[in-house]
Parts: sequence; structure tokens; C-alpha cells
Amino acid sequence: MDRRDFLKTTGAGLAFCIGLTVEEAVGQQASKIINAWVRIAPDGTVTIYSAGAEMGQGSMTSLPLIVAEEMDADWSKVKIEFAPADARVYGYTFPPTKQQMMSIVGSRAVQLYYTQLRIAGAQVRKVLVANAAQKWGADPASLRTEPGFVVNPANGQRLAYGEIAAYGTVPSPLPAVDPKELKDPKTFRLIGKQVARHDLPGKVNGTAQYSIDVNLPGMVYASTLHSPVHDATTKVWNSMQPNAPMGAPESWNDAEIKRMKGVISVVRLPNGVAVVADSFDHARAARNALKVAWSQARAAGFDSERALEDYVRVHADPAAKSDTLDAKGDVKAAFSSAAKTYKAEFRSDYGYHAQMEPLNAVVRISDSGDRAEVWEGTQAPDVSRAMVASALGLKEEQVSFNQCYMGGGFGRRGLGDYAAEAALIAKAVRRPVKLIWTREEDIAQGMFRPQSFQCVEAATDAAGKVTGWKHCVVGDGEALLQTGIRIPYYGVPNQFIERRGVSHGVKLKHWRAVGHVFNVFAIESMVDRMAADQGMDPIAFRFEKMAATPKAQKVFEALAEMCDYRAKRPEGRALGVSITERSGSLGAGAVELSLDRASGAIRVHKVWVAVDGGLIVQPEQAKHNVESAIIYGLSSVLHERVTIRAGKVEQSNFHDYRLMRMSDVPDEMHVRFVDVDTRPTGLGEIGNPFIAPAVANALFKLTGKRLDHMPFTPERVREVLKA
Amino acid sequence: MAAFTLNGKPVSVKTEPGTPLLWVLRDELKLTGTKYGCGAALCGACTVHLNGAAVRSCVIPVSAVEGARVTTIEGLSPASSHPLQKAWIDQSVPQCGYCQSGQIMKAAELLAANRNPSRAEIIQHMNGNLCRCGTYHRIIAAIQQAAKEA
Repeated sequence: MDRRDFLKTTGAGLAFCIGLTVEEAVGQQASKIINAWVRIAPDGTVTIYSAGAEMGQGSMTSLPLIVAEEMDADWSKVKIEFAPADARVYGYTFPPTKQQMMSIVGSRAVQLYYTQLRIAGAQVRKVLVANAAQKWGADPASLRTEPGFVVNPANGQRLAYGEIAAYGTVPSPLPAVDPKELKDPKTFRLIGKQVARHDLPGKVNGTAQYSIDVNLPGMVYASTLHSPVHDATTKVWNSMQPNAPMGAPESWNDAEIKRMKGVISVVRLPNGVAVVADSFDHARAARNALKVAWSQARAAGFDSERALEDYVRVHADPAAKSDTLDAKGDVKAAFSSAAKTYKAEFRSDYGYHAQMEPLNAVVRISDSGDRAEVWEGTQAPDVSRAMVASALGLKEEQVSFNQCYMGGGFGRRGLGDYAAEAALIAKAVRRPVKLIWTREEDIAQGMFRPQSFQCVEAATDAAGKVTGWKHCVVGDGEALLQTGIRIPYYGVPNQFIERRGVSHGVKLKHWRAVGHVFNVFAIESMVDRMAADQGMDPIAFRFEKMAATPKAQKVFEALAEMCDYRAKRPEGRALGVSITERSGSLGAGAVELSLDRASGAIRVHKVWVAVDGGLIVQPEQAKHNVESAIIYGLSSVLHERVTIRAGKVEQSNFHDYRLMRMSDVPDEMHVRFVDVDTRPTGLGEIGNPFIAPAVANALFKLTGKRLDHMPFTPERVREVLKA
Repeated sequence: MAAFTLNGKPVSVKTEPGTPLLWVLRDELKLTGTKYGCGAALCGACTVHLNGAAVRSCVIPVSAVEGARVTTIEGLSPASSHPLQKAWIDQSVPQCGYCQSGQIMKAAELLAANRNPSRAEIIQHMNGNLCRCGTYHRIIAAIQQAAKEA
């Protein structure tokens, strides 16, 4: 769809989550649309679309900043709006598939949009310069730009961008931009500089709009109860099978629910029942009173603790199905000729996203049923729009999508599953609907970071060098299991890395660095064991015996300097180190911790991390992202655990799914970016995976005991100390 | 039915007495800065002031605020001028921002009673408010800054 058409068709709808009044939206149609990303008003206001879903990571600011840099916009005159949910125009190209998509997962926003947005900005600049050149009768190549102006250095003439927008023309087709025409990074005015986040003011006074805050005339409220036993198929992102035969509601106390105060309707969903009422409080009360008989679901009888022990047998079974993830050299020969071999097993439990805003969406369907509007905070507006269209039997063009702020995402908000549910409910009751999952529902229907069992084996030669490496991960979740399992930062010549998949019907999903969390735990714990066995310093061991790459050595060297690595730690404290890669970035980290031996509680006092994240677009936000991931990592490593018994999730709210609180926050966190080169890499998750092995390795240094099961709850630590 | 003072102005609502204040504020009075996080007084996202004291509006029945003064994030200060709101921006505290209304209201209670809280006092006071983005260290810094400037 053309941008103009989009504005025409969605007009008022745009007003909600982007803070525009209808009058402003109409007024801005008078602005000159330069290309898909930028329009300029005669008063000099530059409106830039951001395709960066905003879940707290700051992308909605950093992406327009890249456009503004190349077009030389005056940042004080830039307005930011969420881009329409049209991946053909606003998507990045996902390198492995060449697909256009808008999903902001895997720390992709800045790294995958970077060049595309620079070119878009340069194109705008080219159009502006050409218009000024024409007016002045000057050679475009002789003109320069300063923030908000085209300048003729020969005679000092200046034209503001707003003035050009008032008279200028936009050529069709738009001028092509050769990447060689882009700015020399040394001349950047915005990228790499201190720029305040666009979304901060609204987030300190209650005006920031999340979809849960949207109010429509005549709107009713819905709350759902889904089959407490999960029914995921083997496909990872299968969330909502239309007409699902399993885990479906067969009957419920319909008459009783319909008699409850404020209840308007009860709607059958593929895997759940929705109660619709005149207020959310009434909807929630009725939802809590639902008694539903469910058809059998795939996870019936599932017991997560028992399953984890079954994984050991899967690993031991030579006939078990195995997918090779990486193989190089001759692993058999490396192990048969080894001077010494090592073997260790690791376990990790399910983890829940626990985003603070429970899942919700608002949907309005036109009286004729041929148009739908959606308000949702999502990591993938293109996916949500398609899901809603599919649920309603409409074409995507008939669905307009309003992106909202997300109260956290962490990988959960990218399927459009609950937006599609809201659409089905709105269609059934023929009223605008706000669907809110209760927190209890949000946990019971969590899509978790998979639990896993891992066996890591290593072979060393007579000189103690690591010559062979075997890593097997066992669990559910297919591709989710394998992120972070490769070790490109080490030069081990012979490797065999495999995944052995099982299927439980439990819903699983990306989760801030997902597989990295348990894979890096296993890898870097094993490395520390070998270093200790050889009586070597853990960093020196990585350099000398594992052929750490130059980039890996560089982050370790920076880390050693940051944490004063050789210094003696205070009495009762110890330091542990590890390294991880994620989304093109590399990070070496250390924690300093102490232990309350009576309770088993670990306290992390200090954290340091040196990150090779390439070019940094927003230094303060980049640091904030890494700090955030450190806390996310610590929280998951020290506390977080989902268990499933008789097919049902045992946790129900924050009293039994424990998150890190302020009292656990380290006294100090230090983040340093090293090796800042020309290309940005992902920074949203790099701060997370190194935490588990760094904590386990530090605890070993303090106590001589090894932790091998995440999370390291006080009970588990006490058991390990006794052993 | 309940009548109370909300952000300095008298209001009366028709909701039944047992309705949690949170939903009266959000759905009936359209003040959506106060957030739903857990519905069980476990996370603090719904924190408002009741006669000056920070409370969890998700478990306070509206009947309990009859005749009382209720302040929400929208009424904390004119034009985001509270020292905490300024410090929150200076320290770039919010990430997703969802918990921050509750964090600021909880912190405002502390500063009203203690002009110069120590780090330990801040942590003790704020420990019931969850932040999943992990902005805790910046919240501490912002409270310290606001205390200095207030």
C-alpha cells in the first residue's frame, strides 16, 4: 500500500499509540513525502518513521537517528512515528533467507536496518540538494548540507529543509544512492553521540501509550482461559492452530458465567474460552469462575523434572535421532589419541519472559466486517497484521495496524497470537474489544525458554591443548536449543556439535538470547574445569590451550584491565570469567560474588563486561541495554524456574515465579565497548549469556564446588556444598 | 459508589464497592498511567498514593478510598516537574517504562519522609517494586539525584 493511501485509510487510527491528534495527522499530509521513511513540513519539522518496535531497548530512537544522520536533519526538529506494518516497504532483509521482515528479535534492529536507513537518509539529502541546486542554478556537487539546511559554500546561500519542502519536487523514480556516497563515519554528528531517547518524557508522567491503555468508544473487555495443559505441536511458534482438535474447550459452565455481573458474552476460541464483559474487572472475575472441560492436549501428563532425567537416556541412546549442528576435523581421532579427556553434564530449567505488561491487544472491526483495526505492542507488526487478517478471513490490506509501546518483549511478543484472539472475539461480539490476559494466564500460557540437558566432552593433547570438542544438547524446541552452541571464538580443530530433539507439546519461544543461556553455561563451565585441572589461569588457558581468536583475546584483555584481574579479592569473595558471542557481538565478562553458606544464597557484588559490538549508534542506550541484560541474566541464573507437573505449569504469579528485586542488584556494573569498527552488531542480548558460567566459575573458586544445574537457587547451592 | 479526591479534584464513581481502585482509575476515569502488572500486590506497577502513602491500587477496593485523597502519576506534579521525574530523565531510567509510574510514586513516598535516604534505605523502601528491564541501579541513582536537588 502507498503511504498516502495508508494515511487516508487509517487517519484517526494513527492517533492512538503515536501521540498525534487527528488534526495533526491531517495537517502532516500537507508535508512533502520525500521517500517511504521521511516527510518534511514547510515549518521544518522532519517526520521519520521508525520500524524499531520499542520494547525498552531504544530502537525507536536509534533507527530514525541513522536516517537523520545521513540526511543531515536538525535532530531538534525530528518527530518520530512508528512505521506502518508493511514489511515490503519497511522491512529489513534477513540475510539467511533474503526475506523482508519487521520482527525485532535477536538484537536485529540496528544491525540489520543500519545500511538501509543510511541509504534512505542519503536519498532524502540528495533530493533536497537537487532542489536547491535547481533554484540557485548551481552544480549539486558543489553544495553542502548542515543540520536542516542546504548551503552553497561559494556564496553563502542557505535554504532550510522546510523552505525546500514548500516549493520542491520529488523525482520519480527517486535517485539511487551508491553506498560510496554515504558519510565518512568520522563526520557523524548524531551517530555515536549522546542523544536523549524519544520515549523518555512519556515514560515518567504516565502518558506513554501501551496497547493496554487504548480506549475506544463502545469498547468491551475480554479475558481468556486457555487449556492449562499446553498443546504446542513440534513447530516452535505454533501458538494458535485454528480448529485445534486437541486442548480445545469441550464444555463449560456457560449459564453460570453468563449470569455473572457485567458479562456480555462467552466466546469459544481454538484453545480457550473468552469472557466478554462491560469492565475488565468483571471479565476477570468471570474468567476466574470458568470451569471448562478440555479435550486432551499434547502435554497431558508431562512432568518437567522427570523429562529432564529422560534427556540423560536420550543422550546415552546411540539410536536416538541426532541433528549435526557443526562438525570439523576428526573428532574420533582427537579423542582416541588424547592425552586426557574431560566430560561434564549440565541441566537447565524452563524460563518465563515475565514482561511487566501482560499480553493484550485491542481490535475494532467495521460494521460491514471488511475492515479491522488493531492496537498492539508487538515485536513483529507485520506478523500480527497477517495473523489478524488470517483469523478474520480478510486480506492484509483490510487490516490497519497501530503499533504501541511494549511493556517488555524479550522474545514473547512476536506471534500475533493474542491479537488474532482479540480479533476473533471482536468479530463474535460485534464490538471493539480489549483483550487482556491476566498475569496468571500469562504464566500458565507462557512460551518458555526450553529446559535442556547437555553433555560436553573435550580432549587435550600432551601439551594440554584442547584438540577435540563434543557438545550434545538434548531437549524440546528445535532451533531454540542450538543458539550459542557453536564456539567460533575458539580454535579447536576437531569438533562435533549435535542436537537431540524431543517433543513435549509445551509452548516454547525465543527468550532474550534463548539457547545461549544454557549452551554458554555448559561451554564456559567446561573450559573453566579444564583450566582448573591444568592448574592454569582461566584466561591464559583460553589464550594458550584453546586458541582464542584475536577478537576474543582483545575483549578478555579489556576485561582484565577493567576488573583489575590480578588483584586479590576481598575476603569471602571470588571472581569468575566467561565469554559469549551473540548476534555478531562478542563479550567477555566477570562477576565478583560472595556466598551465604548457611542459606546457600549467592550475592553478586560486581559485574564487568567488555563488548565488541562494532559501531555504537547510541552509546548511553547501548550501555543501558547491556546492563539490562546483565540483570536479566542474573535474575534467571539466581532465581527463575518454571516447573510443569501433570501437564500444568506450577507457577502462577510473582510470588512463586521469583524475579530479581532491587536488593539483589550488584553494587557495581561496568560496561566497556572495545574495537568500535564500522559496522554495528547486536547489543540487546550480549550482556546475558556470560552470567551463568561466570557465576558458576566464581563459586568454584570460592568453594571448590561446581554448579551444573540452572538456576542456582539457594537450595541447589546448599546441596552442592554438602556433596 | 464512592466519592474521593483524585489528583486534587473531587470525583465520584458508580462502580460497585469491591472493584479494585486500579480498574476504577484505568477504565472508568481513563487515567491509564497506573499499570496492571500482577493484580495481587506482588509487583508494584499499580502504586498510587492514598492520603500520601504509597499503596497497591490493584488490591484496594474503591470503597476504601471514600473521602480520601488519591494521587496518581498524572497528578504527581504539573508538567512532569517533580524532582524525581526530572532525575528519571537525567539518569535515563526507563527502558520499557511500564513499571516506572509505580516506581516513581513509591520513590516519592520515600523522599517525602526522608530528605536524604542512604542507598540501603532506598533499596529497603523500593524492594517491593519489580522492574523486568533491570533499571534498578538507575532508579537508585535517580532517587539520590532527586534527594540532592530537592
